[in-house]
Amino acid sequence: MSTVRFEDVQVGDALPAARHEVTRADLRAYAEASGDRNPIHLDESVARSVGLPDVIAHGMLTMGLAGQSAADWAGDPAAVLEYATKFTAPVVVPAQGAAVVEVAGTVAALDEQRRTATVDLAVTSAGAKVLGRARAVVRLP
Amino acid sequence: MTSVTVDESFQGRVYPASGATAVTAGAVRAFARAVRAVHPAHHDTAAAQALGHADVVAPPTFAVTLAQRADAQFITDPAAGIDYSRVVHGEQSFTHHRPIVAGDELSAELHVDRVRVVRGNAMVTTRTELRLADGTPVCTAVSTLVVRAPEEQ
Repeated sequence: MSTVRFEDVQVGDALPAARHEVTRADLRAYAEASGDRNPIHLDESVARSVGLPDVIAHGMLTMGLAGQSAADWAGDPAAVLEYATKFTAPVVVPAQGAAVVEVAGTVAALDEQRRTATVDLAVTSAGAKVLGRARAVVRLP
Repeated sequence: MTSVTVDESFQGRVYPASGATAVTAGAVRAFARAVRAVHPAHHDTAAAQALGHADVVAPPTFAVTLAQRADAQFITDPAAGIDYSRVVHGEQSFTHHRPIVAGDELSAELHVDRVRVVRGNAMVTTRTELRLADGTPVCTAVSTLVVRAPEEQ
C-alpha cells in the first residue's frame, strides 16, 4: 500500500496503472458477494435475448475494481469519501479466457482545507471507455 | 419507435426503512475479495483497528449491496412495470459520511428521485440513505438505472 502524503501530491500526478482480468467465474463470485444475480451477468442466452453481445460484467464490479486504484493510492480504504461514475459501455466477458479492464488515474484537483484529492479514473476494456466521468475524492494523510 | 412503459407517478415516492441490516465481517471480506480489494483493513480486524476502525472496513462500493436491496422494493414492484432483464446500470455515486465497518446495523431509506422516459428508454434515479439506528448518516448511494427499450422487430 502506498503512503502518499497530501503535501507530496500535485495536480496532474498519475496514480499507478492497474490491469484486471475478469472471467465468468469472477462474475459469479461478484453476484454471490453482492446479491446482484441479474442473469445478463451470468447466462449468455439471457444476455443475447435482450440484445447484448454476450454476458457482460456487473457495472458495479468494474466500478469496484477501478475504485481500488484510488483506495490503494490513498493507503486506507476508508479514505474514499466520494466515488461516482457513469457506465458508458459494457465489459463483455467471454466464456473462455478473460476480459481485460485497464485503469489509469490522475489527480484532477486538491483541496488544502479538507486535505483531499480528486482523482479522475480512465477505465477501458477492449479499447472502449467503459466508465465515464469516474471520479473519486480521497482524503490523504 | 418502441418505447418502455414505466409508471412515472412513482417519482417522489419514499420507501421508509424497514428494520436494519447487520453488516457482517464475512460479507465485507467476500465483497472485498470479489472486487479484489486486498488492503488488510478489509480482511483483518487487527489491521482495521490499527487504522482506528472498530472492525473490518467495507470497500468504497460495498454500500451498493444494501442500496440494491432497497431499490428492489421499487424495481420489482409489478405496478412500476419494469422488466428487470432489460435493466442496465447508467450511473452510480456514493457519498460516505462515515466508513461502513463490520458490526454496523444499517437502515436503508429509499427515495425515487426521478422516473422519466428518454428516447424510448426509461431512466430511473433512486437514492438510498443508509443510517445507523441513532440516525447517524453513513452513506448516500445514488443510482440511475436504464430500462432499455425492446429492439425494433
